[in-house]
Amino acid sequence: MNLCNLWITNPEMTKLARELLFPLIAVVAAFIVGGILILLVGDSPIVAYRLLLGSALSWPDGIGYTLFHATPLIFTGLAVLVGFRCGLFNIGAEGQLYIAAFATAWVGITFANLSPWLLIPFCFLAAILSGAFWAAIPGVLKARFGSHEVINTIMLNFIAVALVSYFVQYHYKVPGDPIMQTSFIGEGAHIARLGKFVPGFPERIPLNVAFLLALLCCLLVYLFLWRTKWGYEIRATGSNPSAAEYGGISIGKQIVLAMAVSGALASMVGINEVLGYRYRYYDGFSDNYGFTGIAVALLGRNHPAGVILAALLFAALQHGGIYVDGFSEHVTKDIVQVLQGIIILFVAGEAFFKWLVGRRFSMQRLRA
Amino acid sequence: MSELLVLLPIFLESTIRVATPLVLAALGGLFSERSGVINIALEGKMLAGAFTAAAVTYTVDKRLGMGTASPWIGLLAGMIAGLFIAAIYAVSCIRFKADQVVSGAAINILMLGVPGFLSGALFLSSGSTPQIPKDNLLPQSPWFVAVVILVLVAVIWYVLYKTPFGLRLRSVGENPEAADAAGVSVSRIRYSGVLLAGILAGLGGAYLSIGQSSLFTRNMTAGRGFIALAALIFGKWRPVPTLLACLLFGFTEAGSILMQGVAKLPSGEDIPVQFIHMVPYVLTIVVLAGFIGSSRPPRALGIPYQKEK
Amino acid sequence: MLELRQITKRFGDVLANDNINIVVKTGTIHAIVGENGAGKSTAMRIAYGFYTADSGEILVDGQPREIKSPHDAIALGIGMVHQHFMLVETMTVAENIVLGAEPGTNLALDLRSAGAQIRQLSEEFKLAVNPNEPIEHLSVGQQQRVELLKALYRHARILILDEPTAVLTPLEVEEFFVILRRMREQGKTVIIITHKLSEVLAISDEVTVMRDGKVVGRVQTKDTNAAELARLMVGREVLLRVEKPDAKVGKAELEIRNLSVTDRTGAKRVNDVSFEVRSGEIVGIAGVEGNGQTELIEALAGLIEPERMTGEINFEGKNLHTMSARIRRELGIAHIPEDRHRRGLLLDFSLAENSILGVHYRPPVAALAGGVFLDENAIQRRAAEIIQEFDVRPPNAALPARALSGGNQQKLIIGREYKVNPKLLLVSQPTRGVDIGAIEFIHRQLVALRDDGCAILLVSAELEEVTSLSDRLLIFHDGRIAGEVDPKVATLEEIGLLMTRGH
Repeated sequence: MNLCNLWITNPEMTKLARELLFPLIAVVAAFIVGGILILLVGDSPIVAYRLLLGSALSWPDGIGYTLFHATPLIFTGLAVLVGFRCGLFNIGAEGQLYIAAFATAWVGITFANLSPWLLIPFCFLAAILSGAFWAAIPGVLKARFGSHEVINTIMLNFIAVALVSYFVQYHYKVPGDPIMQTSFIGEGAHIARLGKFVPGFPERIPLNVAFLLALLCCLLVYLFLWRTKWGYEIRATGSNPSAAEYGGISIGKQIVLAMAVSGALASMVGINEVLGYRYRYYDGFSDNYGFTGIAVALLGRNHPAGVILAALLFAALQHGGIYVDGFSEHVTKDIVQVLQGIIILFVAGEAFFKWLVGRRFSMQRLRA
Repeated sequence: MSELLVLLPIFLESTIRVATPLVLAALGGLFSERSGVINIALEGKMLAGAFTAAAVTYTVDKRLGMGTASPWIGLLAGMIAGLFIAAIYAVSCIRFKADQVVSGAAINILMLGVPGFLSGALFLSSGSTPQIPKDNLLPQSPWFVAVVILVLVAVIWYVLYKTPFGLRLRSVGENPEAADAAGVSVSRIRYSGVLLAGILAGLGGAYLSIGQSSLFTRNMTAGRGFIALAALIFGKWRPVPTLLACLLFGFTEAGSILMQGVAKLPSGEDIPVQFIHMVPYVLTIVVLAGFIGSSRPPRALGIPYQKEK
Repeated sequence: MLELRQITKRFGDVLANDNINIVVKTGTIHAIVGENGAGKSTAMRIAYGFYTADSGEILVDGQPREIKSPHDAIALGIGMVHQHFMLVETMTVAENIVLGAEPGTNLALDLRSAGAQIRQLSEEFKLAVNPNEPIEHLSVGQQQRVELLKALYRHARILILDEPTAVLTPLEVEEFFVILRRMREQGKTVIIITHKLSEVLAISDEVTVMRDGKVVGRVQTKDTNAAELARLMVGREVLLRVEKPDAKVGKAELEIRNLSVTDRTGAKRVNDVSFEVRSGEIVGIAGVEGNGQTELIEALAGLIEPERMTGEINFEGKNLHTMSARIRRELGIAHIPEDRHRRGLLLDFSLAENSILGVHYRPPVAALAGGVFLDENAIQRRAAEIIQEFDVRPPNAALPARALSGGNQQKLIIGREYKVNPKLLLVSQPTRGVDIGAIEFIHRQLVALRDDGCAILLVSAELEEVTSLSDRLLIFHDGRIAGEVDPKVATLEEIGLLMTRGH
């Protein structure tokens, strides 16, 4: 009872509880709906879920691959989060990361002979600047012409994909290669796989330094948004643009800044992919990272810590999906996307759960 | 020159082929967006329609021996699938006032998974349905399809501008408070708009799988839902210009396929197909920014209607 | 007959209607008067089904009726013309009028017969409009006619008009009254919400007076006069005479010369206004809301694009015209906005974060690492000082601003703006929605700031407040200064009449 009182009267605690409770409910509810679907197609949900989640926890492959898959999701989750905090919906992370990945590869190929001490920073810079630039376009369009960033980011995704595919096909493909990919980047641009440092962790698992970079970015995004004046201005704009304007903040500048930061974060998917995994640009490499980033940010309640947890969950599902595909009779890895979709739907429909709870209460009152 | 003349009928035919699913989805989106509900979920609804139509066509033929009647049953099923997905979307956005973009994104992700999930269970395949015999597909003639599309556009134009429902739909998308004050039920109209969008997008998807193709393949819409959305914006949320926008986009797409090796840049290279693919998207951005005329969205687009604020 | 019986309606912690009773007799023109926020519009929106009451009932012709939506109200013969017109701007007059009550069948909208019917109605009531004109091409006066026709087309027997004359010129008001009388002759019942007493006396048969969400008076128009109504509206018991020493007036801080401000549609909201505010004095602006006060303050605070302003704003000799809101703040201008939820607060932010809005980018708040990082200690210190000095309750800087009552939110804003030691304070509706205790506190603080030598420009719709606080009082009407009075000698009635009648 006392504990309960403490819980309710302490605003920090109730806030934390609420922030944790709704995502948790959404996930559980999605798993229940998914379980029903699995039952309907004639498999056992318990077996399927054990495959799905269990395989993610095995050492070293399960954990290694889960963290590897989580890396791009953390980046895109953060990208969507920064947009959201400014009141913007960046559906364009997908396009931004393609542009950035290609720019990274381009630098890695063109300046292949530079020393790693120069080449790696150059590649990073190329990724970040190109991603930020691509994302700033819809930012400027919104600030200047008021056109909706949702539509523009969707359109820019398609443009990015086409643009990059053009460069690969016409200019950077190894002649005769049937696969749409560039030649390799210089070795000096490779970033280390974690197997190099972690004893007992095989180097064949592509988990690399970019994962640590992702964790660092979570910290940086937190510091940026909640500890700097720029972050304050971005959040103020997202929370109430009229009040921000009253406080002497230029709304247009914040929109462009937030989009650029968002794009810079999405761009780091390219670093993971090109410098840490394939060492070349591979056309169409993104497994919907940009869109899954929306799910990650929403489930993570638009907080960097939440983004890590949500990215890990989705990455685990993604990795487990392969095992489901291989070892269950009817259920395919598509269950992962089904679960993802249902989770976002539930997260978006918070009011639905409030309504459910409210109805139960009012029915109890009726009976009493 | 004569080479081009020979190509012209083929060119038109393939323009119509490419444009048809776009027109259907875009017109669906028109109902939804004119009622004030953003529809980035067109893609998901098309996928639902495409998969269901193919799966049902195949199954009713195989199991019940429906033969040439099966594509029509499949078509109906595709529309119902679109309707069903739209119903989920509508309840989420209208009843529970969820963010329309978030819900739409959720529907799209969900529909990337559901067809694969079901085809794995039903057909033991990884994301596609079995091939449907050629005789059991929808009529292929582009001229037949063109007539159907024209009639549909005419009907939709009439509904939108010449019926009480159309008047209410337009008013709810512009100024829901005014419609409410005039005694119109905002949520009922919005439900109708979103559900109609589901039916039409489902139809567009169905045409893709059992009209243009003979099976459903993984992610077979390949962004057509978004091109339809682009066409809707480019057509300024009006039926006839939207049709023309779809034809234009279809024309560029058809051109990109047919012109390969025919038309050359002055430098002697092929026109890269990627640049032709970009045209609809670039045009949409340009139009939305107000560089070519102004494309003003319905004023209440994307805003849940809150009665007592 | 329309009767509201014991209607109560709350919005959050604001009691908008407190157990009110209103009776409107058939075939009369009934005025509902009261100051802004008295609950007039809320009551009528409940009658029209736009809001649902928390408790109480509505009777039409003696029968209790459930009115859940405007649809129900229309069916009962109730029509309403809202203060902000409910018209779809992109559609034509005819389309707007028939919307929701379309002639013809479900399959064919018969706008032609509608056009004929509309023409007939507009002749009958002398409401000339062209049915085929789009709304966006019409003047506000014409739009109002469309709203009236909309109600008449639906066979409304009871017409509710919310502030119908606010948008009309004096000449148009005369014509409008002729129309209302014609409607009464035809047996219609008219309810007119207003705060212009001269109009009430000119047009109504009966008056209901509201104040603070309650009905405080019900009189026959022929038995009353403007003075009595003004007294009822303002109320006597909240006479909060502020004790203040004589002003020690210094140099002119703010000088405004021929300032005009237009809104986004190009209409002039502030029209050629000139005055000055000197250090150590409070200059009050009284006036019915919507007469340009909001635009004046926003123009001074730097919240209106320079293209929409002409004339000069000089602060300590510097022309502010193109200076951003941030630079104006740096020069020493503070601003307590009229709408604290829209402008003044980041409702989801903590009190601590709200306490630095406007100074968040400079020392001592942003002091670490070359002024990029926020100094959490400095923020907490600042918040704690404000909370303590301005008695913000509950005194917990981690709470979101949303969790505070209106009065405490206002104290937080005032504390924040005082903290920068302003040379000029722009303050709008400082005590709106604030409890009595906090009102007194806020008034004392304003006088204290004045005595420290700050120049204060005070806008308030509360006559009582603006007269008791100000050293000089300007009366605003229709974007112009209608007069200046000495608040020590002018009576409430005198000022009230000036602000409702103009010159």
